[in-house]
Amino acid sequence: MPINTGDTAWLLMSSALVMLMTPGLALFYGGMVRRKNVLSTIMMSFACLGLVGLLWVLYGYSLAFGTDHGGFIGGFNFLGLKNVGQTASAVYATTVPHLAFMIFQAMFAVITVALFTGAVVERVKFSALCVFSALWLTLIYLPTAHWVWGSGGWLAKLGVLDFAGGTVVHINAGVSALALVLLLGRRRGFPQDPMEPNNIPMVVLGAGLLWFGWFGFNAGSALTSGGLASSAFVATNTAAAAAAFTWMIISWIHKRPTVLGTVTGAVVGLVAITPAAGFVTPLAGIAIGAIASIISYYGMVLLKIKRGMDDSLDVFACHGLGGIWGALATGLFATVSVNSAGANGLFYGHAMQFLKQLVGVGSVAGFAFVGTMLLGKLVDIVIGLRVGQVEETVGLDISQHGERAYGGFLR
Amino acid sequence: MKKIEAIIREERLDAVKNALEEKSYFGMTVSEVSGRGKQKGIPLQWRVGEYRVDLLPKLKIELVVLDDDVTTAIDAIVQNARTGETGDGKIFVLPVETVVRVRTGDRNESAI
Repeated sequence: MPINTGDTAWLLMSSALVMLMTPGLALFYGGMVRRKNVLSTIMMSFACLGLVGLLWVLYGYSLAFGTDHGGFIGGFNFLGLKNVGQTASAVYATTVPHLAFMIFQAMFAVITVALFTGAVVERVKFSALCVFSALWLTLIYLPTAHWVWGSGGWLAKLGVLDFAGGTVVHINAGVSALALVLLLGRRRGFPQDPMEPNNIPMVVLGAGLLWFGWFGFNAGSALTSGGLASSAFVATNTAAAAAAFTWMIISWIHKRPTVLGTVTGAVVGLVAITPAAGFVTPLAGIAIGAIASIISYYGMVLLKIKRGMDDSLDVFACHGLGGIWGALATGLFATVSVNSAGANGLFYGHAMQFLKQLVGVGSVAGFAFVGTMLLGKLVDIVIGLRVGQVEETVGLDISQHGERAYGGFLR
Repeated sequence: MKKIEAIIREERLDAVKNALEEKSYFGMTVSEVSGRGKQKGIPLQWRVGEYRVDLLPKLKIELVVLDDDVTTAIDAIVQNARTGETGDGKIFVLPVETVVRVRTGDRNESAI
């Protein structure tokens, strides 16, 4: 098929939008930690642009999207971007240069790794995190991306719908975050000492960049620049709006409408609509977003307050629970009237689709949890996942990076 | 000569400053401080639930006055810093040995 310039322009633009989400996430997370850990938290996300950006072109793209091996993993035929050029791929995004599709996918891998770091901030050893991230990308992300999106992947063949990465990105990162929390334990002083966010305006800026970038994430996943992209765009914005509004109201019912809660709601809504964006009507975004906030809010209450689990920036509650709900909601709300390449969900008379989504959720979540436990344990034994007591008390900015966020004698 | 250190609520600064100025105490140093007393802190909200912040932001006013002026200055501060709720602050009065005006080298009473 000839290259379509409109599709290409949109996909390259979308790749840039998704790239911006990672620095956005860095600010979103960085504003929520204590002053002594701002830079280290930002670095955990930003470093992924370097680390994953490299591994992806060297072998990552190949193992995720190369020739299928048993539905489980891609081959080595795209190693070092061999055979990935200016002409279109025969299988993926057939109207744009293969390179454009490759770099779009690269940005997804980058942010997925950055996402789970929010669970381990303020106590994880940076060197251990780097090694773990490379292993996690290779042994967990690349296979699961292949299962869902790779040509011949077993979940793709089964008919599991994941438009923009609800399972591959959000369930993967969220469930892995939970496993890391179990391995790493709480921050010193949690929960009795106040863990006050150092800069909530920075969190808002980060959330704004995430919302902005998410248009590339979801509408870009149409891989064309026509009606489907527009539909996904509107569904995305609608879900984010509904979720932000819902969280604001829940927070208000409990006490005051917090800024931190409202922007968190927006992100949770974006997470939930991700797998569904191009399969559901734009208005389905209202229910998907609103319910996502309710699930995530009470999930946080249960995990953090009732059980005292220190998933520090609530990665499992936001991305794990939000992603699971989104993937299942896709099995409820999907309709072929929006996307003929999709399927009808339970509400359109096709209960089977819901079961398929359950299989997708269960297999990715199970694989991510067990895999992270094993890899995390391995890195803990060889390097040690956690910094020492003094390093943690002083803060990771100085102990891990030799810098501080806010310099100068006077504030 | 005495140094008056007054810890007050941030929102009472203008009133205290104006009252001191009216009594012709113009010079002062104000700094942002954190501290705690019987007020015991306030709860702030996280995404869900609350955490307690027990060191609260206050302002510290420092001024040096003649011994005879201490009562007048304290009264001006107390009257304008008081709300009647816990957290209104504290005043400390300390003896001062020497005062030097940097520009002229004047000492003590003539330097205040």
